Amino acid sequence: MASLGPHATFIVAAYGAAVVILAALIAWIVLDHRAQQRALGELEKRGVTRRSGRPA
Amino acid sequence: MSALTAIFMRDLRLAVRVGGGAGIGVLFFLIVVVLAPFAIGPDLALLARIGPAILWLGALLASLLTLDRLIAADAEDGSLDLILTGRTPLELAVAAKALAHWLTTGLPLAIATPLFGLLMNLDMQASFAVALTLLAGTPALTFLGLLGAALAVTLRRGGLLLTVLILPLTVPVLIFGVAASNAAVTGSVPFAMPFTILCALTLASLVIGTFAAAASLRHGME
Amino acid sequence: MPLIDLANPTRFLKLSGLLLPWLAGAATIALAVGLYLAGNAPDDYQQGATVKIMFIHVPSAWLAMAIWGMMSLAALGTLVWRHPLADVAAKAATPIGAAFTLICLLTGSLWGRPMWGTYWVWDARLTSVLILFLMYLGVMALWRSVDDPSRAGRAAAILTLVGAINLPIIKFSVDWWNTLHQPASVVRIAGPAIHPTILVPLLVMALAFVLIFVTLHLAAMRNEILRRRVRTLMMIEAQAAPGRG
Repeated sequence: MASLGPHATFIVAAYGAAVVILAALIAWIVLDHRAQQRALGELEKRGVTRRSGRPA
Repeated sequence: MSALTAIFMRDLRLAVRVGGGAGIGVLFFLIVVVLAPFAIGPDLALLARIGPAILWLGALLASLLTLDRLIAADAEDGSLDLILTGRTPLELAVAAKALAHWLTTGLPLAIATPLFGLLMNLDMQASFAVALTLLAGTPALTFLGLLGAALAVTLRRGGLLLTVLILPLTVPVLIFGVAASNAAVTGSVPFAMPFTILCALTLASLVIGTFAAAASLRHGME
Repeated sequence: MPLIDLANPTRFLKLSGLLLPWLAGAATIALAVGLYLAGNAPDDYQQGATVKIMFIHVPSAWLAMAIWGMMSLAALGTLVWRHPLADVAAKAATPIGAAFTLICLLTGSLWGRPMWGTYWVWDARLTSVLILFLMYLGVMALWRSVDDPSRAGRAAAILTLVGAINLPIIKFSVDWWNTLHQPASVVRIAGPAIHPTILVPLLVMALAFVLIFVTLHLAAMRNEILRRRVRTLMMIEAQAAPGRG
């Protein structure tokens, strides 16, 4: 990597902040997906279905 | 036309009788103005410099915070259903309501401003300049708030949520209102320039607020 | 017609499930290429290596505005065509838009520290983005405070459209306010004309950010469809529950 000059801390911090925010976003989406799948699975196990029938 | 007049007169009467909200806005405005020196300190020169800004902030909060019951009350007593099913265009009906509300809360704020300006150590000319900008600018706040009042019905929520939703939209009005007031005090910019833009913002808000509020009520009451 | 096909949430789930791995792969590759190019880009003669912050700051600023535009289109879809996926798209895009706006603000502030000597100046562009961020948070608060999705969807759609009309006015006002209070003496971010050695990595990074957004947005839309399914099923279950006369 090329030298980042006298303000390296700020450049690294900026990239770090972007990484942290994006990682939080991805983690939220993945965890949310798991939670919804789990809730859906539990409901189906209990025999609750939609009126429009089972998914194809 | 007579239906519109009826809505307008009814809202005026409801606002000024016991239980109506007229007057409380001015009281809130006065309290904000009185609190400011406690936060900033009684430095008269400083107060005169930031006076227009304090007056505008107080008026902004006073005119938005009084709005959340404007349409919700009608939804509760059933008169909103009559307005929705009536032949009067919904846009005009909500505009009449907003106008009545402005007359009972926005206009008193502008009228009280020269008096409250004394507390901020503003001279006569500056006080009247602020009052004039409030006279031109508060309709914009009322009609932007009208959208908030309509959303309050759709969402069945009120209070802080609506204030949070509407306040960012009032940034241009605040900028040009305070700029026009300061222009009248310091004369660094010609008064007419920010003031005409403020009037333009008010006219735009009349249209946007009315149509958005009507659309929100139509879509929300299905 | 694909748009009509997509109106069926089940079909949308199937199609987006097939598409998602490819999009994620493309986003990763574009990001890797973009980061490589950005790492090798020459320093700016004025701003030195801090110009590297631009490669994430500017694309996220573009996205912050573009996502609001996309939400406005979805809002039209909700109000005019009543497309069943429109408010799902709008809701899923909101937190992602807020996240990119936050990235833009944070990187701008971290860029401002060495350039301006302070983390925050009321620069016209930063201030406009800050207000955009507040509006994103407002729409998120709206979605969070109302539990009926279609009711919240229509209110959010109207608010999004009014916001879209207001954003240029806010931008204009803030620019005007800024020139009134501080004449152009500050170093302006991305002020001078951009040289191709910087423009190419910037565009690749922008492409990567767009792909990241599309991937995350599709995934979030899938979550939202599943969430609504769970909600419907729970309501059916509650209605069918015995002992409630």
